[in-house]
Amino acid sequence: MTAELLIQVVVSGLLIGFVFALISVGLTLIFGVMDIVNFAHGEFLMLAMFTAFWLYALFGVDPLFSVLACGPLLFLVGVLTHKLLIKHILNAPMLAQIFCTFGLSVFLKSLAQFLWGPNFRSVTEPLLGGRIELFGVFFGLPQVTAALGAVAATGAVYLLIYRTELGRALQATSEDRQTAALMGIDTEKMFTLAWGIGAGCVGVAGALLAMFYYIYPEVGTIFALTSYVVVALGGFGSVTGALVGGLIIGLVQVVSGFFSPAFKMVVVYLVYLAVILIRPQGLFGRW
Amino acid sequence: MVRFLGLGLLLLGLLLFPLAVELPYPQHVMILIFLYAMMGLAWNIIGGYAGQVSLGDATYFGIGAYTTAILLRELNLSPWVGMALGALNAVVVSLVLGYPCFRVRGHYFAIATIALNEIVATIFTNWDFVGGAVGIYVPILPESFVNLQFHRSKAPYYYIALGMLILVILLNLWLSRSRLGYYFRAIRANQDAARALGIDITRYKLIAYALTAAITSLGGSFYAMYVLYIDPTSVFAFSISLLVVLVAVLGGVGTVAGPILGSVILISLSEGTRVLLGGTGRALDVAIYGLLVMAISVLQPQGLVAWFRALRQPKAREAKVGRAPS
Repeated sequence: MTAELLIQVVVSGLLIGFVFALISVGLTLIFGVMDIVNFAHGEFLMLAMFTAFWLYALFGVDPLFSVLACGPLLFLVGVLTHKLLIKHILNAPMLAQIFCTFGLSVFLKSLAQFLWGPNFRSVTEPLLGGRIELFGVFFGLPQVTAALGAVAATGAVYLLIYRTELGRALQATSEDRQTAALMGIDTEKMFTLAWGIGAGCVGVAGALLAMFYYIYPEVGTIFALTSYVVVALGGFGSVTGALVGGLIIGLVQVVSGFFSPAFKMVVVYLVYLAVILIRPQGLFGRW
Repeated sequence: MVRFLGLGLLLLGLLLFPLAVELPYPQHVMILIFLYAMMGLAWNIIGGYAGQVSLGDATYFGIGAYTTAILLRELNLSPWVGMALGALNAVVVSLVLGYPCFRVRGHYFAIATIALNEIVATIFTNWDFVGGAVGIYVPILPESFVNLQFHRSKAPYYYIALGMLILVILLNLWLSRSRLGYYFRAIRANQDAARALGIDITRYKLIAYALTAAITSLGGSFYAMYVLYIDPTSVFAFSISLLVVLVAVLGGVGTVAGPILGSVILISLSEGTRVLLGGTGRALDVAIYGLLVMAISVLQPQGLVAWFRALRQPKAREAKVGRAPS
């Protein structure tokens, strides 16, 4: 393996890893505050990608600007999910909670297929197309832009959670919702906010991915599975874990894809099983 | 008494059905209903009684189908032996996956079952010996019960599927009354309390999961012999895992009648919409499933059977208030 090739593989892994990180931050935030795994996370991403695609196809809006539409739109989707579904099953058995978001996932996926068909679509000419030279190696400009966008969005969420009063309230709710409520925190508002921000993260990620990834109803599945692995690796509920885990899984996926394209996801799943076996609380999880 | 009479009449009706209705399509629909009822009841053991959500039962369906088809092709082994060995294979895989997962919280297991299904499907798609992405044509043998192949009529398949379903129903009935079944339900209700009472929860979860895997694998073996052609996308399909879970959830998890009722409703619905919408590939039927699952989990998390019971005995429902949800 030459030096150029090594740089190529490592940097490509990190670039996609930042996008994984953003998606996973959304997932881990919802889990941390709600104690519910959002099985519809991938479909939220798919909705954002289709939104970006249609804005591009119908109105010529570049996905780079669609970020401003997809983020808020998915924030709304997240809030609605909480208000219409999750709120009613907060104290239900875990079985009902899993099925609820799982049913939402199935519904959104098949709705997309019903409305837009199973075809693969793509944004053919993104504003920032072409390629860019980094460390003597060429990279797709859309990928680099998406990674930078993901870093900015992840950073914003990080600051919101760890540097603001609101973020501290979110943390408190995730720590212990009863005590948080006793301290005067409106936990219902925090739940809604967690769903909003969590879905908003995939809204931004979806628009960024639309710049270079194929868009089809099933697209969310693979990203959702990846983000479950990321979150398990980083530790359920840990934002730092999601970031570090995203980068590691990005690297793992690109490196294994380099050696054997057919088995790249298999390696990612094996990482998941290894985490359960060796360190179930993940890298940064509280247990 | 009335109940036994009703069940007897139902069984008689089911036995006479292929004689009365000789058209292949209605018989095919009934076979599918039996198959999914059986697999829904299998899922019921791990998901319903033991309360661990498996979302990857297609893994075991595919293992059963492939084991039977390959043993028949390579060694000319009877499909019945293939079925037994397929179930054994499935049990081994379920124990290997279950052991690490059952020590940690529920959602880890749910995600792991999806991941396992993806891993196994990828391996089979890229494995030339088992036909890779092209799949396997099951060798055509003379029509006989031993060969589990019937070419002139679907009726023998109908009776075999019905027989398998009845065995699985009896297993579920026995489980719901046995010590094992009580252990499973204790684990679902409260793991820590179950552990405190001396139940080895990992061990009993493994037993439940192995039973589920074995029965699901039998369904896969039957499917391979019924359709006579298998490939990774048809037997490891996520849609199989999905349907199995939905059948149980719609009817009511942890009950014996639930998965049967769920299979009748969902298979009829799926075949009905397919006939009506002409297989447009637009997945409208799946969208309806999704809505149903959401509606049930929010409005009636215990499923239709519990709902019917509550309708029949409104007082019994009131008496339950104050008890922890099971």
